[in-house]
Amino acid sequence: MIPLTLRVNGRERRVLVEPRQSLLRVLRDELGLTGAKEGCHRGECGSCTVLMDGVPLYACMTLAPEAEGREITTVEGLLDGEALGPVQDAFAEHDAFQCGFCTSGQIVAVEGLLRANPQPSLEEIRTGVSGNLCRCGAYPNIFRAAGRAAELRAGRGGDS
Amino acid sequence: MKAADYYLDGPAPETPEPRQRQDRWGETRVVGRPLPRVDAYERVSGSAVYPSDVQLPGMLHAAILRSPHPHARVKRVETSRAEAMPGVRAVITHQTPGADIAWYTDREGATVGHLFEAHCRFEGEAVAAVAAESPYQARDALEAIEVEYEVLPFTSDYETALEPRAPAVRDGGNRASEPGVYERGDLAAGFNAAEVVVEETFRTPCELHTPLEPHGCVARWDGNRLTVWESTQGVYPVQSRVAQVLGLPLANVRVIGHYVGGGFGSKLRPGKYTVIAALLARQTGRPVRLFLSREETLLCAGNRPANRMRLKVGAKRDGTLTAIEFHGLGSGGAYSGSGTGILDWQVRDLYRCDNVRCTTENVYIHAGAQRPMRAPGHPQCSWALEQVMDELADRLELDPVELRLRNLASVSQGRGGIPYTSNGFRECLEEGARTFGWLAARSRARSEDDLARGVGMAGGLWIAGAGGPPSTAIVKYFADGSVNLNLGASDIGTGTKTVMAMVVAEELGVPLDRIQIEHADTATTQFATASGGSKTVPTDAPAVRAAALDCHNQLLDMAAEELAVAPSELKLDGDHVVAVGDPEKRVALREVSDFRRRQVVVGIGYRGPNPEGKATCPFAAQFCEVEVNRRTGEVRVLRFLGAHDSGRVMNRATYDNQVYGGIVMGIGLGLTERRVLDTGQTGKMCNLSWHDYKIPTALDVPADVTSLPIETEDVECNTVGAKGLGEPVTIPTAAAIANAVYNATGIRVWEAPLNATRLAELLAEREA
Repeated sequence: MIPLTLRVNGRERRVLVEPRQSLLRVLRDELGLTGAKEGCHRGECGSCTVLMDGVPLYACMTLAPEAEGREITTVEGLLDGEALGPVQDAFAEHDAFQCGFCTSGQIVAVEGLLRANPQPSLEEIRTGVSGNLCRCGAYPNIFRAAGRAAELRAGRGGDS
Repeated sequence: MKAADYYLDGPAPETPEPRQRQDRWGETRVVGRPLPRVDAYERVSGSAVYPSDVQLPGMLHAAILRSPHPHARVKRVETSRAEAMPGVRAVITHQTPGADIAWYTDREGATVGHLFEAHCRFEGEAVAAVAAESPYQARDALEAIEVEYEVLPFTSDYETALEPRAPAVRDGGNRASEPGVYERGDLAAGFNAAEVVVEETFRTPCELHTPLEPHGCVARWDGNRLTVWESTQGVYPVQSRVAQVLGLPLANVRVIGHYVGGGFGSKLRPGKYTVIAALLARQTGRPVRLFLSREETLLCAGNRPANRMRLKVGAKRDGTLTAIEFHGLGSGGAYSGSGTGILDWQVRDLYRCDNVRCTTENVYIHAGAQRPMRAPGHPQCSWALEQVMDELADRLELDPVELRLRNLASVSQGRGGIPYTSNGFRECLEEGARTFGWLAARSRARSEDDLARGVGMAGGLWIAGAGGPPSTAIVKYFADGSVNLNLGASDIGTGTKTVMAMVVAEELGVPLDRIQIEHADTATTQFATASGGSKTVPTDAPAVRAAALDCHNQLLDMAAEELAVAPSELKLDGDHVVAVGDPEKRVALREVSDFRRRQVVVGIGYRGPNPEGKATCPFAAQFCEVEVNRRTGEVRVLRFLGAHDSGRVMNRATYDNQVYGGIVMGIGLGLTERRVLDTGQTGKMCNLSWHDYKIPTALDVPADVTSLPIETEDVECNTVGAKGLGEPVTIPTAAAIANAVYNATGIRVWEAPLNATRLAELLAEREA
């Protein structure tokens, strides 16, 4: 077991983990942040997407020690207190989910996309969420929600 | 598969007749609107606790060791090395006392498979299980279990399973049931009368459900009481099976399933994992979390069987169908489940035809068992029937929509000619075509460069979708006018909770944010069947409506006493009761003395029976435009329209979302999905991941998808007028794509999925 200091959603968290533990399982099992989901644990579905230094990545394909010293943001970190962030608001408004299991990952992927590209085209949105599977098939609403999120974000002045 | 798979084992429990008279809704104030979901916050904030998110103090993590061979005998299992590993708290096999549990039964009720099997009949059969302090330690321990297998010859190709040389899955051979035969009219006479005959063989792939949340549960004992948090479409079927297997009273098994990350039919019942988690939890005295790995879900959590279908259709020159002959073959795997359940239904029921013969053959192979997958049998049948209709239209030089309109059925022929409670198939076809711009799109000249465009369409119906008893719902009306709605159904992502809250809001005038929902918990809610079969809204919404009306009437009765006005002269107006003819006569509910004394009014609602001698079915027509790259064979779906008659639209937003989702899943059948078994060398699955078993991604689906509700008024089906939606939306999709590809290229592909490699081959053959 090794000690790690992680910076998650703006807070410093100290954990003792096996070096082989994925960032996803540390977030979920050690820190109780269950917004990021485990859909495959092999880098296929994107349900576990988090931001590392503002860039979306699969937390299941990242070893926890690799995340040390980086800024990690999960879907919970997009809330402002109890208030939803703009991407979350847009997903609720456009019914951009059904079962909701992939949704955290979709939302974080869109957040990452908008941080890099605040006004994405439809094709850029599709590419931006192409690493996030949605078996319920809510994609058309996800595309709309991402477009709406860009508007909301611009209105609220930048990062959520 | 029978329709009963969606409902119950054994006789259905009776629910009493609803106590309230329920007039047909006229204009609705809440129902039908595109309102955001009542649980949207939980689902987008990350705060929703799915069963796989449940963490309990002292919880252990479990994993299952599975046969790597499609057919093998376990000669020896050695667990001592695994038991001694750090963190390991229990290892169980078929030799563990209490774990020798019968699991699969045949039609006569005889045991044909166990929880842990010494005779493994598919790759993925459970052999042993481990509970350890961490998920990593549990997986380590699996690798330390030594199993000596005697590898046996296998049968994994369903098309050759009946040949004499095929190794037998069961002692009685590989025929899983007597061939199914359905017949009406005189087939020979029908073909004699035909002026055109189309006959083809079709194949559809084995598809896997792959919900995003893997199958599994968390199990915890308190003495002899068991609580299970299960990722399920129905908490009651889980409760009854677990109680039966473990010999517990129903009251001692509590199953909670507040959220479920998708199921599509694969989570209608508990899995072996549920019972294994309970056994490990009992043995260790600790809560146990057991969720399958993604690979395991692909091997042993159900599938839509592959099918080979031979279809022959005869018609007169005017397009009138004279005869249909169908033969279907399929396999439900090595155990229970049928390979051909309701596969032929649309041949029997969709188009008018007096002379029909359908035969089906159901065989065993050494592969995981089938589970119902979104409209079992129907998308496969549609792939065949709707392509034949398209080909027939082509030969008769008729528009494909027109051909279908000439063969509309006025009654349910597959049920002996009884009428439907409503039938909007004509409107689906006509209004769908109009809104899509069908005629204009079809008449556009095909481009001659590498990119060819085409349009296609297909119709369909779903056998079920009527819902029915039993269902019981409770509405509690509190002193401040807020409400608790209590029902047993699961919300599998279709918006059940939202729709039910809207029904309460419609009847009681309570805003949605003042309605709390308590659901899917066997300890605190009423019996409900699993959410599947497109029946949750038509089953449970009438019960919820009856419960709300029961509340409503009790409130009026109380106010009537207070105001000295007959209840029939009163109406609810927000949190007041008002006399209809005299607005001066009003009283705030909180001032009604009887209500103040009680603080709560409890309304109970039951689902009444369906009308006798009538059928209730949802109907569908879908239209699409595709672009085919003639060099590479790649198909891009450019746009889709789904015109669906599912009766009343309960919530336009969740309705449209179902239509999108069904089309996306249908694109998977049409273009990307298939389980590949290595039928020659090993019998093992070759594409055991989402990288290789390809479901549609954001890049594979059009952004331009239109949902066109055909809101047929159905006053007979039930008291809310809604029919099922979740399954019909995926039935015609794949066939519509195939027909569009034909329209673009002149090439028909009879085997799904219609992938680029195959299409490129066919394009090249034609060039040559």
